[in-house]
Amino acid sequence: MAEKIATREAYGNALAELGDKYDFVVLDADLAAATKTGVFKKKFPERFFDCGIAEGNMISVAAGIATTGKPVFASSFAMFAAGRAFEQIRNSVGYPHLNVKIGATHAGVTVGEDGATHQCLEDIALMRTIPGMTIINPADAVEARAAVEAALNINGPVYLRFGRMAVPVINDASYKFELGKGINMADGKDVTIVATGIMVDMAIEASKLLANEGISARVINIHTIKPLDKEIIVDAAKATGAIVTAEEHNIIGGLGSAVAEAVCEACPVPVLRVGVEDKYGHSGKVPPLLKMYGLTVENIVEKAKAAIALK
Amino acid sequence: MEQAKLNSLKKNAVDIRLGILEEVHSAASGHPGGSLSIADIMTYLYFEEMNVDPKNPKMADRDRLVLSKGHTAPALYSALAHKGFFDKSALSTLRQADSFLQGHPDMKGTPGVDMTTGSLGLGFSSACGIALAAKIDGKSYRTYAIVGDGESEEGQIWEAAMFAAHYKLDNLCLVVDWNGLQIDGPVTEVMNPTPHDKKLESFGFHVITIDGHDFEQIEAAFNEAKTVKGKPTAIIAKTVKGKGVSFMENQVGWHGSAPNDEQYEKAVAELKASL
Repeated sequence: MAEKIATREAYGNALAELGDKYDFVVLDADLAAATKTGVFKKKFPERFFDCGIAEGNMISVAAGIATTGKPVFASSFAMFAAGRAFEQIRNSVGYPHLNVKIGATHAGVTVGEDGATHQCLEDIALMRTIPGMTIINPADAVEARAAVEAALNINGPVYLRFGRMAVPVINDASYKFELGKGINMADGKDVTIVATGIMVDMAIEASKLLANEGISARVINIHTIKPLDKEIIVDAAKATGAIVTAEEHNIIGGLGSAVAEAVCEACPVPVLRVGVEDKYGHSGKVPPLLKMYGLTVENIVEKAKAAIALK
Repeated sequence: MEQAKLNSLKKNAVDIRLGILEEVHSAASGHPGGSLSIADIMTYLYFEEMNVDPKNPKMADRDRLVLSKGHTAPALYSALAHKGFFDKSALSTLRQADSFLQGHPDMKGTPGVDMTTGSLGLGFSSACGIALAAKIDGKSYRTYAIVGDGESEEGQIWEAAMFAAHYKLDNLCLVVDWNGLQIDGPVTEVMNPTPHDKKLESFGFHVITIDGHDFEQIEAAFNEAKTVKGKPTAIIAKTVKGKGVSFMENQVGWHGSAPNDEQYEKAVAELKASL
C-alpha cells in the first residue's frame, strides 16, 4: 500500500525546507499546529508571526508586508482564509496583485469530526472569481511540495488548498510540476475523468474498474484550477466525447464548473460532475462522509457510464 | 515653529484644499468633507514629516503612508500632486474612466500611493504589515496610517490595534481623523467609538490628542511619536469635517457629495481669501 501523508504536512515541511533557499515570511492565525506552519516556525522563529484568531487582519497584514517586496505565506483553515477573509483577499491582496500566498488547509469534508462549520466546500468557487488569483489544489504530498515552490516562483497571489487527512502518495520522485498544466494520469478514448486533489487517486481507481468493464477512461489531474489548462481539457473532450469531473468541493463554482465552461466554449460534450451537491458538510469519520457525499470511486464509475450514455 | 515655516505650511494646505475641491467638482462626485478634515495633516506629512522622493516614488527606504479611510483619496492625490509625484493637471480627471486617479487609492495606478485602500478597516492592517516588514529588515523608515473615526467601528481596526501593540510597532504612527461625522450622522450617535483615547491606550498605544488643524500641535505630536519606544503611537486629531469651506464645515451632507459650479466658486474664493 502506498505511503500516506496529508498535504498540509507536506506544506509545513516544504515551507521549512524552502525557507533556506527563499526569503519569505509566514503568518498564521493560531492554527500553526494544525496548518503545519509550526514546522517552519520551529526552524525560522524570526520569520514567523502569529496573528492570533483574526484572519481578516492577517490577510491585510500580509498584503502590507508584500508591498515591501517580501513574499508572505498566510495560513488558516480554508473556511477562515477564503471564507472569513474573502474580502481582504479580494481587496488587499487580489486587486493590487500582491505577492501573498494563502496556505489554506483543512479544505473539504475530509476535515471529518469538526463538521460543517469547518469543512469549506466553497473556497475554490470564491477564489476563482478573483482576477489574477492562481489556485492550486494538490493531489498528494509530492505535488503539494512542488506547488509551494512554484507559488514562490511567481510574483502574485496564489491560493494553495491542502487537506487534513493523510492521503496516498501517488507521484514519485520523477514528478515534475508545471503551473497551469494538467497531467495525463491514464490514457483513454471513451470518457475523460478530470479530477483534482484527493479525487485524483479515486479517478485512477475508477479508470481501472471501468477498464474491467471494457470502458477506456482517460484520467487528467488538474492541480492548477486557475489558470485552467483548457488545452488538455478541450483535447480530451474532442478525443473522448464525454467528461466527468471529480472534486472535494461544491459542484457549484469549482473544478466541475471551470471544466464545463471551458468545454462549452470550445467543444461542447456532456460534462457530469462528482462533488458535494450543493450541501453543507457533516461531522463524522471520513469514510462514511465520503460515501454520504458521493465522493467515491463507485460514483465516478457510475457518472462515467452516464456521461458516455449522453454522447 | 518659525513664522516662515508656518506660513509655508498654511499656503500648501490651502493649495491642497483647492486641489481637493477641483477634484470633486470636476468628478461631480467624491468625498470633500473628510478630505478637507485631513488636509492639514496631509500637508504636514508630505511637506515636513515624511522622507519621500517624488522622482523616485518606490524608493526602498521611504516613509510610507496608508490612507485607510480611502474615500478621502482627493486629499492624498492633491498632496501627491503638489509634492510633485505627478502633474497637478491630473487632479481634474479624478474618477474618470481614462484617469489614473481612482475613486479610492490604487497603488498600482498612482505614483506615490503606498497601499491600495478603500474598503474601510483594511488599510490599517496593511500599515501594520509594512511596519512589521521594516522591523524584520532592520530598516528605519516609518509608516503612517490615517483612519477615520467612523472607520474605527470596523472590528478589523481593533484586530490591527492588538497586532501593532503585540509586535511593539513603534515605527508605526496611527492618525485618527476625529471629525465626528459619518454618513448616517454624528459618530457618537451612529455607533459610538468613544472613549477612543482610552480604548487605544488600553490596547497598548501611546496616545496623543491634538487639534488636527494646528500645525504646531501636529508637529509636536509627530515629533513625540518618534521618541516613543516599544509601542505604537496614536494621534487622535480632532478635526472639522469640511474644514476651510464655511458652508461645508460640520455638515454631514458634504461627506460624499460634490459642490456644483456656484458652490465651487464660492469655496475657492473663500480659500483664496484665507491666505
